[in-house]
Amino acid sequence: MNESTPATAAPLARLIDELYKLPGIGPKSAQRLAYYLLRMPAVEAQSLASAIVEVKERITFCAICQNVTEIDPCGICTDSQRDRTIVCVVEEPLDIMAIERTQSYRGLHHVLHGAISPIDGIGPEDLKISELLNRLRSGEVKEIILATNPNLEGEATAMYLTRLLRPLGVRITRLARGLPVGGDLEYADDVTLSRALEGRMES
Amino acid sequence: MAAPRVYKTEAVVLRQRRLGEADRILVIYTPALGKMDVKARGVRKTTSRMSGHLQPLTRCMLQLAQGHVSDVVAGCETLESFQPLRDDLDRLSRALYAAELIDRFVPERAHSYPTYRLLVETLRRLAGSDDPDTVLRFFEMRLVDQCGFRPELEVCSGCGSRIESEQNHFAPLSGGVVCRGCVAALAGARVLSLNALKVLRVLQRESYNDVARVRMDGAMADEVERHLRSYIVSVLERDLNAASFIERLRREGAGHAVEV
Repeated sequence: MNESTPATAAPLARLIDELYKLPGIGPKSAQRLAYYLLRMPAVEAQSLASAIVEVKERITFCAICQNVTEIDPCGICTDSQRDRTIVCVVEEPLDIMAIERTQSYRGLHHVLHGAISPIDGIGPEDLKISELLNRLRSGEVKEIILATNPNLEGEATAMYLTRLLRPLGVRITRLARGLPVGGDLEYADDVTLSRALEGRMES
Repeated sequence: MAAPRVYKTEAVVLRQRRLGEADRILVIYTPALGKMDVKARGVRKTTSRMSGHLQPLTRCMLQLAQGHVSDVVAGCETLESFQPLRDDLDRLSRALYAAELIDRFVPERAHSYPTYRLLVETLRRLAGSDDPDTVLRFFEMRLVDQCGFRPELEVCSGCGSRIESEQNHFAPLSGGVVCRGCVAALAGARVLSLNALKVLRVLQRESYNDVARVRMDGAMADEVERHLRSYIVSVLERDLNAASFIERLRREGAGHAVEV
């Protein structure tokens, strides 16, 4: 988007160009953000800049669970209070945050960093699957919870992992699928509803 | 008169990609409007009433509102979810392969009722108990035919003489079978056994029910698949992503499950 006229000073034009690269930011948003940053107090701008630099310098992936972390291995993997026999497999680091928020899971995690999507050329080799297999070698892990997203790619990934892990003799479970809290029964699609019926519980 | 602002169409969702915070861009295939991109707002939230109806490989009735760039899904209802597909990785990978082929072969916004029907029938067969590989071969042959790339199986694509009942060669770049005399001059031709040629002809000419009755052993099925695949790759000038996944599943299924 380098058609910016000479009317824009070069440093500002560069900032607009950099902001434009961010997801969800169009040309107009980029300009607005750039002018906002320009008017910001210098201290705040400094703090934003250093936060960006710091995140790139200090954040790495945990060698065990592949989550983003400052110290390797990460806090969850080294926490002696947690149940080391259960591993919850998720697609993205953000999914760990969602599961941790529930405060009802005390096991370990494993991040795959994606889901199998054959049509987009994302195969098992692009995910952190061999790292997961390495973790299972010690025999400490007794249960794997497949917490991939309940969409086509997530289901494909879960089925692939089930196939891969079953011969290893660990217990493999899948997150239940059903009706969302706050949803309406009449709007539920038949797949969700039939899964909800299959997984009904004594009340 | 301008097209109505909100309109209804039946569609099969071919693929999807994420957009922004909670939206998705869906590539859908419709009978009257062909392939098109539509935007589905908010479908990545768990409270979305539409996400379950808009999963790839679902046949659904869509209500679309005209948008600036792409049309926006205003409402939807599942017509067929092909559920058995989603519970079996082998069938799922083949259905995704079919969706990828459609996505690569058909142009945007060009109506095609026969090809739409072919896709829906193929998904139904894959979700049923038919042999998935036979279903795919039939689908491949019909699709290239309907898209104007019918391979030549009767006369030599090199010299035009009648193909004899013997071992010939298949040359994807020449567009079909070539006779013994012509094969030396052609690049990329591979041996085509007489039986495989017969199977290819049945695939091209006969109905699905006739094709389903043909019994093939593993080696023959492999040969037919190889020739059709090489033909499709040469027409599209690119490899197919889902094909390599099917290959991988076969490899891992055949040998020891996994080396830990």
